[in-house]
Amino acid sequence: MINLYEVAETNEMIAKENLDVRTITLGISLLDCVDADLRKVNEKVYRKITETAKKLVKTGEEIEKEFGIPIVNKRISVTPMALIGGAACRTSEDFVTLAQTMDRAAKDVGVNLIGGYSALVSKGMTKADELLIRSIPKALHTTERVCSSVNLGSTKTGINMDAVRLMGDIIKETALISKDNDSMDCMKLVVFCNAPDDNPFMAGAFHGVTEADAVINVGVSGPGVVKTALEKVRGENFEVLCETIKKTAFKVTRVGQLVAQEASRRLGIPFGIVDLSLAPTPAIGDSVADILCEIGLEYAGAPGTTAALALLNDQVKKGGVMASSYVGGLSGAFIPVSEDQGMIDAVTAGALTLEKLEAMTCVCSVGLDMIAIPGDTPNTTIAGIIADEMAIGMVNQKTTAVRIIPAIGKTLGDKVEFGGLFGYAPIMPVNSFSCEAFVNRGGRIPAPIHSFKN
Amino acid sequence: MHMKKTIITVVGKDTVGIIAKVCTYLANNQINILDISQTIVQGFFNMMMIVDTNQTDKDFGAIVDELAKLGEEIGVVIRCQKEEIFDSMHRI
Repeated sequence: MINLYEVAETNEMIAKENLDVRTITLGISLLDCVDADLRKVNEKVYRKITETAKKLVKTGEEIEKEFGIPIVNKRISVTPMALIGGAACRTSEDFVTLAQTMDRAAKDVGVNLIGGYSALVSKGMTKADELLIRSIPKALHTTERVCSSVNLGSTKTGINMDAVRLMGDIIKETALISKDNDSMDCMKLVVFCNAPDDNPFMAGAFHGVTEADAVINVGVSGPGVVKTALEKVRGENFEVLCETIKKTAFKVTRVGQLVAQEASRRLGIPFGIVDLSLAPTPAIGDSVADILCEIGLEYAGAPGTTAALALLNDQVKKGGVMASSYVGGLSGAFIPVSEDQGMIDAVTAGALTLEKLEAMTCVCSVGLDMIAIPGDTPNTTIAGIIADEMAIGMVNQKTTAVRIIPAIGKTLGDKVEFGGLFGYAPIMPVNSFSCEAFVNRGGRIPAPIHSFKN
Repeated sequence: MHMKKTIITVVGKDTVGIIAKVCTYLANNQINILDISQTIVQGFFNMMMIVDTNQTDKDFGAIVDELAKLGEEIGVVIRCQKEEIFDSMHRI
């Protein structure tokens, strides 16, 4: 039987160390909403989302109350909209109506974000993909809760450099259209290499075409729990360090597994995966950077950071894998800048640069995340940053992503405020040498040699 | 049917009558106590009860809220959670 100390440990994690379930994300297939008539597509999309998700928020709140564990977000991901709107949308404006329908459905069922305003263009773009991508700035600006993602490359297909180049423009345009608001629309837009079909985390969640009609995916969190556990083993060797992270990750993931199963049972929707990510928030004590410091670094970004992060990421997976029957999504430590007070401090102290963050993305999920750069950064430089990150993902057979905010009208020394869970970010310097001739070549980068495994 | 158990924890500054007040609430709502353990660490009262809520007519959410409110009145923190969260975390 469970004892007093075990109960106290769990409740301490929840009350003092920010243990929570970061998100229950309901994936909904919209493939049966395809129609050549735009009005009908919009109607079907609205109806499918609102009917499938009508009990989502209430069920989430019930689970929260009964187990005493906060479930911070209830969200929805849908089939990439470029596939759903392709037959009906003749213009980018047509696609924007679909984003607005997603937004309306999200508001009506009470979820705070809905993902899947997406296109998968890792090898080439269809006309519909391109129309959707070109509609992103307006779609994000005229909606509140819609998140957009574009998959630009994969280990199997190589990197679609035409799409990379285009996204350099689109990200800048998204920044410009929301320039009165610190270019905030950009935080709802992410580009990927090797995007997973079952990611529950925003902004990159979409419901892949390989998925069932509806599925429950859960993202856990708990950087604060790992940090607190490590405080007790200061000065111990790597074996002890790794064991401690592993055991803690196991406990955190078990909570996610329980919540996922309960949500699945109560909603009558199959359980998909638990995402084992350590997802930070700007709350004090909920930071991945603080874990790196606890491991022994003065600041995140100091020499040793990549090794410490590699170890952390690997141990989180090893502990988590045994705790859940199905693991998926992104599963690893997230290193967003604005959403992690320790990362913000490291940038402010001059310890952490864009280049070091890029190195860190080689060993963890996911990529350059929530990074603010000067608003006058050329579009081609943004495309170059994306290309580098996509190359890391392609060659290392892992997911990488870029969610970058060119803050219009701001430069080094300034900061952008996103508010709430999104935090704030100091503007980071970008290498000012040009890559224009490189990204303007056009075409695609072939798949790497080790992708040919057949 | 497998009996679903619930864990009630009370944490706070020790004072007279904490257990009495919690037990009275439980008795009034047909909640049966299966086990109680309690310690005092550095003057802090720390109690755990394992209870059976199958006989009560009350909604689980209401019990959670009312116990939390009772805790506020006594000056302690009372949590009421289904046992599964602890089992899943601490038992393989």
